[in-house]
Amino acid sequence: MAERRVLWLGLGLMLLSAGFLVWQIRAPYGFILELRAAKLGALICVGAATGAATVLFQTVAGNRLLTPGLVGFDALFVLLQTVLVAGLGGVGFAQIPTAPRFLIEAATLGGGATLLFGLLLRRDAQDVMRMILTGIILGVLLRGSAEMVQRLMDPSDFAVVQQAMFASFGAVDAGQLGVSAVVLLAALALSLRLAPALDVCALGRDTSRGLGLHHDRLVMIALLLMAAMVSVSTALVGPVTFLGLLTASLARHLTGTHRHAVLIPAAALLGALILVAGQFLFERLLGSASALAVIVEFCGGLTFLFLVLKRRRR
Amino acid sequence: MRVWAIALVALAALISVSLCLGAANLDGEGWLLTVSRIPRTMAALLAGAGLALAGVVVQQVVQNRLVEPSLTGAPEASMLGLLAVTLIAPGMAVAGKMLIAAACALLGMTGFLALARRIPREDPMLLPIVGIVYGGILGAVCVWFAWAKDLVQYLGAWRLGEFSGVMMGRYEWLWAIAALAGLLYLVADRITILGLGETQARSLGLDYGQTRALGLVVVSVITALVLVTVGAFPFVGLVAPNLVARWRGDNLRANLPLVAVGGAALLLAADVIGRAIRYPFEIPAATVIAVFGAGVFLWLLHAAPGARHG
Amino acid sequence: MIEINGLSYRIDGTKILHDVTMRLESGGITALIGPNGAGKSTLLHCISGLETPERGTVRIDGLDPFAAPARDRARAVALLRQSPALVSRLSVRELVGFGRWPHHQGRPGAADRDAVDRALGAFALADLAGRSIATLSGGQRQRAFIAMTWAQETPWMLLDEPLNALDPRHARDLMARLHALSRDAARSIVIVLHDINAAAGWADRIVAMKAGRIVAQDACAALLTEDTLREVFDTPFELLEHRGRKVVVAR
Repeated sequence: MAERRVLWLGLGLMLLSAGFLVWQIRAPYGFILELRAAKLGALICVGAATGAATVLFQTVAGNRLLTPGLVGFDALFVLLQTVLVAGLGGVGFAQIPTAPRFLIEAATLGGGATLLFGLLLRRDAQDVMRMILTGIILGVLLRGSAEMVQRLMDPSDFAVVQQAMFASFGAVDAGQLGVSAVVLLAALALSLRLAPALDVCALGRDTSRGLGLHHDRLVMIALLLMAAMVSVSTALVGPVTFLGLLTASLARHLTGTHRHAVLIPAAALLGALILVAGQFLFERLLGSASALAVIVEFCGGLTFLFLVLKRRRR
Repeated sequence: MRVWAIALVALAALISVSLCLGAANLDGEGWLLTVSRIPRTMAALLAGAGLALAGVVVQQVVQNRLVEPSLTGAPEASMLGLLAVTLIAPGMAVAGKMLIAAACALLGMTGFLALARRIPREDPMLLPIVGIVYGGILGAVCVWFAWAKDLVQYLGAWRLGEFSGVMMGRYEWLWAIAALAGLLYLVADRITILGLGETQARSLGLDYGQTRALGLVVVSVITALVLVTVGAFPFVGLVAPNLVARWRGDNLRANLPLVAVGGAALLLAADVIGRAIRYPFEIPAATVIAVFGAGVFLWLLHAAPGARHG
Repeated sequence: MIEINGLSYRIDGTKILHDVTMRLESGGITALIGPNGAGKSTLLHCISGLETPERGTVRIDGLDPFAAPARDRARAVALLRQSPALVSRLSVRELVGFGRWPHHQGRPGAADRDAVDRALGAFALADLAGRSIATLSGGQRQRAFIAMTWAQETPWMLLDEPLNALDPRHARDLMARLHALSRDAARSIVIVLHDINAAAGWADRIVAMKAGRIVAQDACAALLTEDTLREVFDTPFELLEHRGRKVVVAR
């Protein structure tokens, strides 16, 4: 049943993508198709990465209201990149080829995320609300720090960071998209392999350890995978706070299962579906491309409030 | 008395640094002092004191010390009102803008209080979370509105408060905060009693609804004054009252002046650091205070409640 | 004397109090007992004038708590609500001092300071006076709040389940203290109790409520019968005598 819904989601995404590519297409076909394909690829990558990363993170944190974006892991990525530019200088940074740079950044983010998680979030596993609040404020701190470092930099270096950070859907670097897609697919495949273990992990640390799971090791691997996926989405389009929450909540609701083998693909597909459909709607039909991110934040925020208040009533 | 000596010496040191710090040399340029440096220093002091006092009032009203005006949707609602004014009546006098900004802030806070009513007080962490997300939703509406109507540059100036544009003739509205601070000091006992909760406050003969309304109006006006003149600053209203309370307790009759001085010193320090750290360029005070305030917030979340005092 | 006449109260269409009529004599401790949801707290809040009933009147020594100015009301009756879950950094002395608010409205005089000292002494808080209430144990914090209510020096003091967070020793201490104080200071205390034995041990009079109505009202010894208790709580009880006191055991 749940599996079939995932198939339907995949089918929907394919149809929508086709529509996105050919809707009202005019000459020069080749050029426009290429442009649209790059954009489509970015949207799918970002949506899928955000959805899957959120499911992983929620399982590891044992909390369905937390998302990597809310905790500020995307801000951590921005901060790392900024520090890298500040350290190497704009020219030096630009000389590192895309693929190794990306991998280094993702790995560093994974390390940073694991550290932060262990230091601040793990301790509060019993006190859910404190953990969420800690995460949110941590996000504010990281975003502020990134901005601070950016302001401290040379104006020319700052331009490099800005270019690296705030590439919009409109101007996707084909090389970066290629690397992102490869990293994302690898991370997704690995997460799916881990799915049965993640099902056990979701029962909580004590229970899963009792069942013979190497809980802490699994958490670390999951956080690394999450970091890779967050890097993909942040590098491509910059921070989107609430997309993950929207996607993961919808995925759980739609599939009605706890099995990660279903949840992860469902969330990935839903994330991609939301972004492609949203972009299609706003850019082609309503003619205001920039509104998508804002609408996602708006709906995501409402979802969050709804979930929090519903939680209290029980 | 020792407390006051420490606070005032620190404040005096900050003020003198702020007056001397700038791209131009002061020798023989006395006019610079009166036209730019003094107004800038005063603006930071007044805005900081106002935000700290507003923070105390909000914390007492919702009985939660992890909340402050910028976590209640008040600034975002205010910005929405200001955007509307800019669109409909761009030539409106400053007084009119202030009034509309304050009214919208009050409206935004009323919405937050309606949400707060549905949340049990036993879980103090939940309320700030709801406040942050509520503010985020209003903020998303702001951004969307600004984009649609091409007003993004206004929004940027409001969201990231700073003092680099403060000059004589452009900050004097902030002096109203001094009057509001005096008013709050007169009703300090009542505000403390608000913090005991509605039942207990009314059992003590306090007119709860009226006192709360007065407090919220003062908070809205302060929010609007600061926002329109120098922009929004996060966490000042959270950090200053909490640090004072941990150190000196919750009796506002005794501590309200200290809270005001603390907030003033905090924001001025943020401005001075923002000016000094990458001299002669400037970092907005809001950025500095966001990093520092978030750090203190994290500490407050995890530190044990303070021990004895007084 | 508190006179209650035809008092009805309703929340969201559900009737909490049904036409309650009774008189509470001045002096000593009157205990309000009854099962959960009987309307004890609501009745207490209505008497104190903090909840406005749908119908009916209340007179506290002749004063109408709904019509009187808030300040006069707060000098006639003091209410402590159930488990004030307040975590504040007010010191104990500052908290108790707010009990004098209805008297001085912000300008405390020597008489107010004396009253605070008396209240601190009465509840054995003198040593804790400088401590912030956030750092007190549950029992100490409850005492501090009761002392604040006591410092209001009203003829009537209404306490809503003050024993809630207390262990048996602290509960016994508090009841003994209230018992002695109400006699010494000639003040009347109305107290909602969950523990029937606390009522049996320390109350002068008992009012038993059930489903928003007064079921029985009498002197302590006269009211505590197996029949009455079964009627009120819908469960059988056994009454034992121990050192001249009645002890109630659920069967």
